[in-house]
Amino acid sequence: MSWQPIDTWIVLTGALIAMSCALPGSFLILNRNSMMGDGISHAILPGIAIAFLLTGSRDWYAMLIGAAVAGILTAILSRIIERFGQVESGAALGVVFCSLFAMGLILIRIASDKVHLDPNCVLYGTIETAVVDFRIVPYVTLQAAVTLALNLILIFLFYKELRLSAFDPSLASALGFRPEFMRYALTTLTAINAVMAFESVGSILVIAMLIVPGATALIVSHNLKVILILSLIFAAMAALIGHLMAIWFVPYSFNFMLSGSHFSAVSSAGMMTVASGLLFVFCLIISRIRQNLPL
Amino acid sequence: MDKRSHKLIKRTFASTITCLSLLFFTFSQSLYAENSFTLPDMQDVIRVLSLQDYNTRIVFLGTTALGAVSGMIGTFLLLRKRSLLSDTISHATLPGIALTFIIFETLTGFGKSLPLLLLGALLSGLAGMGMVILIRKHSSIKDDAALAIVLSVLFGLGISLITLIQQMPTGNAAGLEQYIYGKAASMTTHDMHLILSITIIVAIVGILFYKEFAILCFDVNFAVSQGLPSTRLDIILMSLIVVITVIGLQAVGLLLVVALLIIPAAAARFWSERLFINCLLSTILGAISCFIGITCSALFPKLPAGAIIVLAASLVFALSMIFGTSRGLLIRFLTHYQLTQRVQRQHLLRACYEHLETSGALQNKTDPDIPFDAILTHRLWSKQELEHNFKKAVREGLLELKAKNVFRMTDNGWGQAQRVVRNHRLWEMYLIEYADIAPGQVDRDADAIEHILEPELMHQLEDLLQAGRYGLKVPTSPHKLQPAELIP
Repeated sequence: MSWQPIDTWIVLTGALIAMSCALPGSFLILNRNSMMGDGISHAILPGIAIAFLLTGSRDWYAMLIGAAVAGILTAILSRIIERFGQVESGAALGVVFCSLFAMGLILIRIASDKVHLDPNCVLYGTIETAVVDFRIVPYVTLQAAVTLALNLILIFLFYKELRLSAFDPSLASALGFRPEFMRYALTTLTAINAVMAFESVGSILVIAMLIVPGATALIVSHNLKVILILSLIFAAMAALIGHLMAIWFVPYSFNFMLSGSHFSAVSSAGMMTVASGLLFVFCLIISRIRQNLPL
Repeated sequence: MDKRSHKLIKRTFASTITCLSLLFFTFSQSLYAENSFTLPDMQDVIRVLSLQDYNTRIVFLGTTALGAVSGMIGTFLLLRKRSLLSDTISHATLPGIALTFIIFETLTGFGKSLPLLLLGALLSGLAGMGMVILIRKHSSIKDDAALAIVLSVLFGLGISLITLIQQMPTGNAAGLEQYIYGKAASMTTHDMHLILSITIIVAIVGILFYKEFAILCFDVNFAVSQGLPSTRLDIILMSLIVVITVIGLQAVGLLLVVALLIIPAAAARFWSERLFINCLLSTILGAISCFIGITCSALFPKLPAGAIIVLAASLVFALSMIFGTSRGLLIRFLTHYQLTQRVQRQHLLRACYEHLETSGALQNKTDPDIPFDAILTHRLWSKQELEHNFKKAVREGLLELKAKNVFRMTDNGWGQAQRVVRNHRLWEMYLIEYADIAPGQVDRDADAIEHILEPELMHQLEDLLQAGRYGLKVPTSPHKLQPAELIP
């Protein structure tokens, strides 16, 4: 293993993406709406594909609009099915995101004749090749930093509203904060994060970046501000540990176990989610021990 | 519900429908824009539909059996409110598949045997389910977060392992891709036999445990009180889900197999309230969506079959949601419309009756004219609303137009009005006598319920209030009749 400058950029980009996802993700968990992150990360696929088909290029703004519209559409459609069709909320979400994702797969299959667009790339991203696109700093790193800044600003501005809508929706609506609206705003922000992250980590792995750091922080603390700060720290740690595992630990151990094989690095984005999962398990065990509870 | 939220809902609806139609428009446009997606000619359609090709027959049999059984088991999953657990399980199968492939590829040099890979998928799917249960049991993390954590972390692990496989000298990961996106067309006779036998086993287990699952889904506490091992039953149900997910991997892929479990079951709910019929319908709908999907993908071989199957299922869902005979939007809208119409008509008749009563026309048996303006002040209704109601009542033969804005009751209307007012006043008297509500308050309370009083309940009321002494006559109002206060 040798640490190249590019590894630094990969870790930095991964950390920035994970941190920016962790912020709206924490509120998704508090809203008990975590699977909405799953739904949206699937459902932005047709939005992206349609943006590709309409503009014929991979412009980020078209993708952003397409994904945001698809994200809101998911939230609204599942709400409509839940409310007017009297279907249980999980099933309603499942119906919507499966349909949209299926449509997206077909659209991408069609679009792939025109624009270079690989469904694999959408699903699990290629952070390793994305950071090669360089000008002083890699393009994706800059993008991730801007997304993080946007998230920080929005969460800071609407902290009170988000907190109230998460913990006491009825009080929020009584005070005129419109928790329903905040819910849709949060969904939109999630969709924006998902599309910003999908190019480098892929849309499925966005779910881990959204939910796992927040959930880990939730185990450790019960104070919202502490949870948010901790989720940022856990996200950054997961990126670093994950990349180390990807370029060193996994290939090394597999080479050790299966003698005669020569594996090199595996997917960094994938290992970053595994690392965040390991952090979660670690914190869970520690908290059980500290509370003197049986594991 | 106030007017503002009505407007908001309308606007939301309108924009959603616009977005959806735009989506479908682009979708169909792009389908036609490509030369490679021309419509197949009639011969092809007939050939596919009559299952002339051996290959089509195999794929058809395998996927339809899968769709039917997943529809059946999906009903229980939906009622158990665990629909999204199947999503987690399907994603969790990926590391199992990849790991099995690596192990057998290095040990035996041949890792791409379907039963072995499915066994690996089964084990890691079960492990994923176990992790969800463990997280739920040992932490304060809620259900939805536990599902999302297990789903994403295990999928990430699977993807890392796949990048590992891509580096193997002998292994080509292209073969594993079919488990992610599904590749129904590549199904062999051998695969079909495997799928068919497993679906039959799952179906038999489902039928054997039908009663237990039904009790479990509707009332867990009752199940426990009846001595049923609810945890074990839950595990059996979830294991069936894992098995279905795993055998569905090859046909529709792990990203979309969850749709086969959720969508037909959710669609069947719109047609019936009975579990047995629901279960049967869900089975049929699942089979139909798979059949449509497979037919379409045989006609458009370039499009991914799994995605088309799911889209067919979504279409079935959308149609069921609109036209379903039990919970469908149309039927519910219709019954709601009929109810509001009836309420409006009864309000009008009662207002007319009370007007005649207060104006003394009833006692004097003089000319019972009903002027429009007098009725307008009787309730809080707008002029347009009342005009509409009057017109409707005239059309139904309850009132007749005597001069401009002056009406007169017909015999039919008179009879109905008497019955409505009688119901209203009997209920008012009941409220005053038995519910200790002040006479000034009862009018509004009775207003809310008088339209849905059943004849049996009216008989009970008559007995209770000894209303027999009134015969079929209308009792006098227990409170002062006064026109509604006008909003300034």
